[in-house]
Amino acid sequence: MNGRNWTSIAAPVVVGLVFLLLWHVLVVINQVPSYIVPGPLLVLETLVHDWDSLYRSLLITLQVTGSALLLAVFLGSLLSILFVQSRLLESALLPYAVILQVTPLVAIAPLIIIWVSDPYDALVICATVASIFPVIANTTVGLRSVDTGLIDLFRLYGASRTQILLRLRIPSAAPYFFAGLRVATALALIGAVVAEFVAGTGGTRSGLAYQILQAGLQLKIPRLFAALFLITATGIVLFLVVSWLSRLALRRWHESELIQER
Amino acid sequence: MTPSDKSAAAVDIRGACKTYPNGTRALEPIDLTVREGEFVTVVGPSGCGKSTLLRLIAGLSPPSGGGIVMSAAFTPPRLAYVFQSPTLMPWVSVQAKVRLPLDLAGIARAEADKTTHHVLERVGLLDFARSFPRELSGGMQMRASIARALVTGPRLLLMDEPFGALDEINRHRLDREFSELSARENLTVLFVTHSIYEAVFLSSRVLVMSSRPGRIHGEIGIDIPRPRTDSFRRTPEFAAHSAQLSEMLGSAMQEAAR
Repeated sequence: MNGRNWTSIAAPVVVGLVFLLLWHVLVVINQVPSYIVPGPLLVLETLVHDWDSLYRSLLITLQVTGSALLLAVFLGSLLSILFVQSRLLESALLPYAVILQVTPLVAIAPLIIIWVSDPYDALVICATVASIFPVIANTTVGLRSVDTGLIDLFRLYGASRTQILLRLRIPSAAPYFFAGLRVATALALIGAVVAEFVAGTGGTRSGLAYQILQAGLQLKIPRLFAALFLITATGIVLFLVVSWLSRLALRRWHESELIQER
Repeated sequence: MTPSDKSAAAVDIRGACKTYPNGTRALEPIDLTVREGEFVTVVGPSGCGKSTLLRLIAGLSPPSGGGIVMSAAFTPPRLAYVFQSPTLMPWVSVQAKVRLPLDLAGIARAEADKTTHHVLERVGLLDFARSFPRELSGGMQMRASIARALVTGPRLLLMDEPFGALDEINRHRLDREFSELSARENLTVLFVTHSIYEAVFLSSRVLVMSSRPGRIHGEIGIDIPRPRTDSFRRTPEFAAHSAQLSEMLGSAMQEAAR
């Protein structure tokens, strides 16, 4: 590991530690009660103490987010491929994808929760609705952004539509797809949390958002902070996983993932 | 009477023309016969329909009128096209890029790899088979494009300003190598360029086109044995042909301006 790599990891860690220290010091000096702002040590203590129930909720939130993301990627890519095959289909369906995107999720979520009997499924659907648009929009642009010379070349050698799709359009679309996937990942988590807030369902299959809701109502603010911390951590981990996948797929050839040689 | 007059016609264009749907007349009716083994170069100002002419011959764009008769021995896969840009597929190695036409034709991998190996050897890219396009210089990328065109064993090559983006040193080098390769393999070539010197260096016949709408303004024959070497560039014949071509191009531009 070289020097530049070290600083790129160490710098944000130092900023984080300074922030935690300031937080702790300010809470102690001002004697802020823990039901308004708990100190970082108390949050950590709560996280350890309530780990069993929080961990169960974390798994549920992860499951909802993951399932939604997979669905969004599958359905979104499929729709993009259909759009690229037929302009008619695109002009017929794209406006509805846009309508779905511009309507706030909090406004649709109650309906979905009423219509879908299983609350878990309802959450997955909400998170999918929230995250599918960037996949569709980016992948469609990517599938169309093909070098015209290459299209001519494929036609010259009598390539079929399927060959053009698999060997030319899909590889060309990969960088666009991964850019969309990063946005979709963040949106899927937001969708999962927002939907659970709206649903307000408890029981054994409650996610982190429900824990926040409950902790807020019961003024268990340290627990609220602990759940919030887990949501943020989930978001960061998901983002890193997607970035890693993107690097894995593109590192040999695409400018966005190349390390500049100096 | 040049020797090529006796050879069979590879491409016979009879009054083919092209008008785009928006009404742009890209190409007036053209009559042109390219004979087997000929190296025909087309020069002319931008917008004179040079590229359109190649696209018509390749079947990438249908003519609006007239016809093009292709000898069966000169149609795909015996026809290959080298595009203006190196038409990279940045996600595959040079090897896979060159093998593409064989893959599309469904040829077994082992056989395709063997053919690809030979072609890469011929264009001097064997050491770069596993490189990705972005790791290659412009000249190397163009070599890879030529290798891809050669991989199906074509008899007719259509080339659309292939060396236009290269610096002069690389361009001269590729011109020389390509002159050698096309003569050795008796390829029939239709080559589009902006450069008078490149046209004189490579061709057995040069067509001058004028623009708006595109048409053939005139042609000169260059009756000097091929392949040619760099010393040809310093001969009085080279200078004389270049001057003649330059003059013809000048009058084509004047005609277009009127």
